[in-house]
Amino acid sequence: MLDITLSVLILIGALFTFIGSLGLARMPDFYTRLHGPTKATTLGVGSLLIASMIHFSSQGEGISFHEVLVTLFLFITAPVSAHLLSKAALHLRVKSLAAPPHEVEEADSGEGQ
Amino acid sequence: MLSTALAIAFGLVTAALALTLWRLLRGPDEPDRILALDTLYVNSIALLVLLGIHLSSELYFEAAILIAMMGFVGTVALCKYLLRGDIIE
Repeated sequence: MLDITLSVLILIGALFTFIGSLGLARMPDFYTRLHGPTKATTLGVGSLLIASMIHFSSQGEGISFHEVLVTLFLFITAPVSAHLLSKAALHLRVKSLAAPPHEVEEADSGEGQ
Repeated sequence: MLSTALAIAFGLVTAALALTLWRLLRGPDEPDRILALDTLYVNSIALLVLLGIHLSSELYFEAAILIAMMGFVGTVALCKYLLRGDIIE
């Protein structure tokens, strides 16, 4: 029973990590590429850490808490780094597939560039 | 059962690392490369956790925590550099 739970959690985690990187490699522009790795961080690494928590708790030396630190740190830092990355991309005016909003277009043409 | 699942998981995470490396080398803009580096450290944490389960050793979590902290600081520093042209103002 424990083996099956562990195997399923590990497979789910690895699959989501792979899908996240696949999205990073295959998506057409930067803003859509930003989606994939975020899922890889929360779902993929999250369930891998739950699996390792169950594994080390079943070894018989009490509940294992190392994983909670990694999980907490990753879950706090992932949105911050995604936010900073999108801010940097907007600052550099990285090309997007979506049409720019109307006001931005007017402001750009108003600058005369 | 567990060893088979671990072998498949190692393969998948390694493929994920290869895909991320391809994006890091190819990425048309600077934010793409920074995003690839960010994903690379998250994937390496996943690989370290898998290795910890495989070898039944808790030693690898210290390395995972260190990589998580240093990777975040690196991403923030690179983004700050792109945003402001300087890291420590």
